[in-house]
Amino acid sequence: MDKKVYIRSIASISPQKTFGDMMSTDELLEYAGDKFTCVEPDYSKIFDPKLIRRMSRIIKMGAATAIECLHKSGVKMPDAILTGTAYGCLEDTSVFLTKLIENREDMLTPTAFIQSTHNTVGAQIALILKCHNYNNTFVHRGFSFESALLDAMLLLNENENTNVLAGAVDEITNNSHRILSRFGLYKHHASNRDLLLSNSKGTMAGEGASFFSLTNQSSPENIAQLVAMATFYKPLDIEETEKNIVYFLEDMSTDMNDIDLVILGKNGDQKGDKVYDHLSHSIFKNRETIGYKHLCGEYPTATAFAVWLASTILQNKMVPGFVGVEKNGSPIKKILIYNHYERIHHSLFLLSA
Amino acid sequence: MSASVLVAGVGVMSSIGNNVAESLDALESGKAGMGDMHYLDSLLNGKLPVAEVKFSNQQLATISGLSSSVSRTAQLSMIAAREALNDASIKNFDQLRTGFISANTVAGMDKTENFFSEFLSDPSKGKLRDVVHHECGSASELVADELAIRNYVTTISTACSSSANSIFFGARLIKHNMLDVVIAGGTDALTKFTLNGFNTLMILDQNFCKPFDEHRQGLNLGEGAGYVVLVSERVAASLEKNPYCRLSGYCNANDAYHQTASSPNGTGSFMAMKGALDKSELSVNDISYINLHGTGTQNNDISEGTAIKDLFGPSYPKMSSTKSFTGHTLGASGGIEAVFSVLAIKHGIIYPNLRLTDPMKELPFVPETKFLKNQNIEHVLSNSFGFGGNCSSLIFSKI
Repeated sequence: MDKKVYIRSIASISPQKTFGDMMSTDELLEYAGDKFTCVEPDYSKIFDPKLIRRMSRIIKMGAATAIECLHKSGVKMPDAILTGTAYGCLEDTSVFLTKLIENREDMLTPTAFIQSTHNTVGAQIALILKCHNYNNTFVHRGFSFESALLDAMLLLNENENTNVLAGAVDEITNNSHRILSRFGLYKHHASNRDLLLSNSKGTMAGEGASFFSLTNQSSPENIAQLVAMATFYKPLDIEETEKNIVYFLEDMSTDMNDIDLVILGKNGDQKGDKVYDHLSHSIFKNRETIGYKHLCGEYPTATAFAVWLASTILQNKMVPGFVGVEKNGSPIKKILIYNHYERIHHSLFLLSA
Repeated sequence: MSASVLVAGVGVMSSIGNNVAESLDALESGKAGMGDMHYLDSLLNGKLPVAEVKFSNQQLATISGLSSSVSRTAQLSMIAAREALNDASIKNFDQLRTGFISANTVAGMDKTENFFSEFLSDPSKGKLRDVVHHECGSASELVADELAIRNYVTTISTACSSSANSIFFGARLIKHNMLDVVIAGGTDALTKFTLNGFNTLMILDQNFCKPFDEHRQGLNLGEGAGYVVLVSERVAASLEKNPYCRLSGYCNANDAYHQTASSPNGTGSFMAMKGALDKSELSVNDISYINLHGTGTQNNDISEGTAIKDLFGPSYPKMSSTKSFTGHTLGASGGIEAVFSVLAIKHGIIYPNLRLTDPMKELPFVPETKFLKNQNIEHVLSNSFGFGGNCSSLIFSKI
C-alpha cells in the first residue's frame, strides 16, 4: 500500500474513564471479580432522546463512540463506515431467543430481532449521519477489528476515499458472561490491579467500543500514523510468532531498536501469557513493554482499545497514569502492539508519531 | 496490483440442488425448492413454506466431513466451498497466498437454540458443544482449516448483502496484491430464530413467493451456501481451465433510510448499481441480465424496481429473481446468486422468475418468466440488499 494512513481522531467507551467530558486517565478504575463494565456517558448529550429509548446498550456505546470520534475530527461525512464486532448485538439476540422459547414461537415482537442483526451498529451510525457511503461489518472473532481496519486501509489506498471511520464494539451480557464462564475463561476472584501478574488460569472478561477517524491526508492535526497492521492465524508455535513479528518490522524497514514502546496483550492467563513472557526475553528484550488488559479486560475486539491507548500515548507524548508504569527518558515516537486472542488470532500494529 | 480479478471456480448448495449440476437442472426445469419443513423443527411448520437443503444434519456431516455437532451453517459452507475449490483445480494451491472470506447472519444459531432452552431453565445446563461455534467467525474457521487456508480468514455480516460484500472484499485483497486466491461467498442455515424474526416483521408469504408480481405477499426463507474462487491474472494464466469470467464491478452503498425497510425510491439500490457500473466502466446498455435481489416483499420489489427504472429506463435488460427458486437464503444469497450469475455467462442462459403472473403496475418492465438458452450474456449485474440499508451490487463480465 502506497498511501500513508493517519489517525485523525479517536474515541473510546471502556471500563476506564476514557470518554468525553469525564475523561480521566490518571487513576486506574478498579474491578474485582471476573469482569469489567464500561463507564458509559450520559447519552442524552449525544443522541435524540427518542432515539435512545430504542437503542440497546451495544448500539449506544458503538454509535456514541463513532459520533464523538467524527465530531473530534471535524469530518461530517466519512467516505466509509467500518465496524468490527465478534459477538454482535448479544442482548437483543438473547431477548428474542428467550421470548421465542418461552412463548413457543408465538406472540413475538420484532424490535429485538431487528436489532440483533450484526450490522446494526454500523447501520445506526449511517442512519444518524444520513451517510450513503460504503458500510461494512466484520464479525470474525479475534480478527473482527483487524478486518475492519484492513478494509479502511485498503479504501484509503483506493482512489476515491480520503476519510473513513473504523472501529469495534463488543458487550458483555449476563447470559454471555454465564456461558463464557462455563468455558473456564475467567478467574473467580481476580482484581485488575494485579491481573497481569497473576500467572494463574483464566482472565477477566472485558468490553468496550473504540472508533477511529482515519485519513490519507497528512496534517499537523493528525494524532498519529498507522504505519502498518498485520494478522496471522493459528501460528504453529512461539518461534513462528516470533518470526512473523520480525518479518513485520523488516517489511516496514523498521529496526526493533526504533520501537520506543511495545504494548502487549497479556491478560493474566498462564497459558496465553507464555508467548508474551517468551518474547519479552527474546525479541522484546531491552524494549519498554506495557500491558493494557488490566484497563479493559479480555474480549475479541480488545485490540481496538490497544490502538486507542497507543494513539493517546503518541498524542500526549506520555503514558497515562492508569497504565501504572513510570516511563521516563526519551519521548515515545514509535509503538508496536502485539496481541493474540485465545492463541488463535494474532495481530500486530505499528504506530508512529 | 492485479488489474483483473477472475472467477476460476464455483460451488453452490441450496434447496434446489446440492451442487452446480443439480442447481442448473432445477433452474432449467423450473423446479422450486420450497415446501414443508422436514429438517427444521419449528412450530410454524405447515404454516409457512421454507426452502430447505434436502439433507439432515447427519447426512450433511457425512458429506462435509465435519462433525455432526457443528452447525448446519458450517456444514453447508464446507460442502459448497469445497466444490468451488475443486472446480477451480488449482494445482499449486498450497504455494499460493490464499484466503477464505465468508459471510453469514445466523452462524451457529441452530445449535444455540438447542442450548438455550435448557440453559434458560438452569444456567448450568445446556451442552457447551452447542454454543462453542455460536460466533459467525467460527463457521468460517472450521471450513478454512479443512481447506488448509491460512493466510487470511475473515467473515462479514451485513444481513442479506453479506456475501456480496465478502466477494468484493476478496477481490480487493487480490487487487491489492495481498492474496493470490480467495474463496469468497457465504452461507446460512434455516433457524427458528430467523424464521420467527421475519415472521414478526410480517414479510413471509404463506405460499410460495412471487417476486415482482403485483400480488406478491412476501418472501420465503431458504438456506444454502454459494462460493466463487477468485484468482489474480497471474494465477489464472497458470490454470489448465479457462476462468469463467471477470468480476468487473462492485459497489456497496447505504440507503440510510430505516433499519429494516428500503426507501421508496431505492436510493441505496440505485447508488449500488450505479457505483458498480462506474467501477466496471460500463453503461446500462452493456448489461445483458440482472439477477434481482427480488425477495417478493412489497417493500423490496418496489424499491429495487424503482431504482432500476430510474437507472435503466427506457430500455431494460432481461432480469429475474432466482429467489423464486431458492427462497431468500439471507447471508448466502449474494454467494448463491453470484454463482448463478457466473453460470449465466458461461452457459448463455437466463433464469425464469417463477410464479410471476401479474406484473407490478408501477413498473414499466417485466422480469423474464421463461428459461432462455443460447443467449449472449456479456455482463451480469447481481443485486443484494439488506437490513441496515446495506445495498451491494456486483458485475460479472465475459472474458
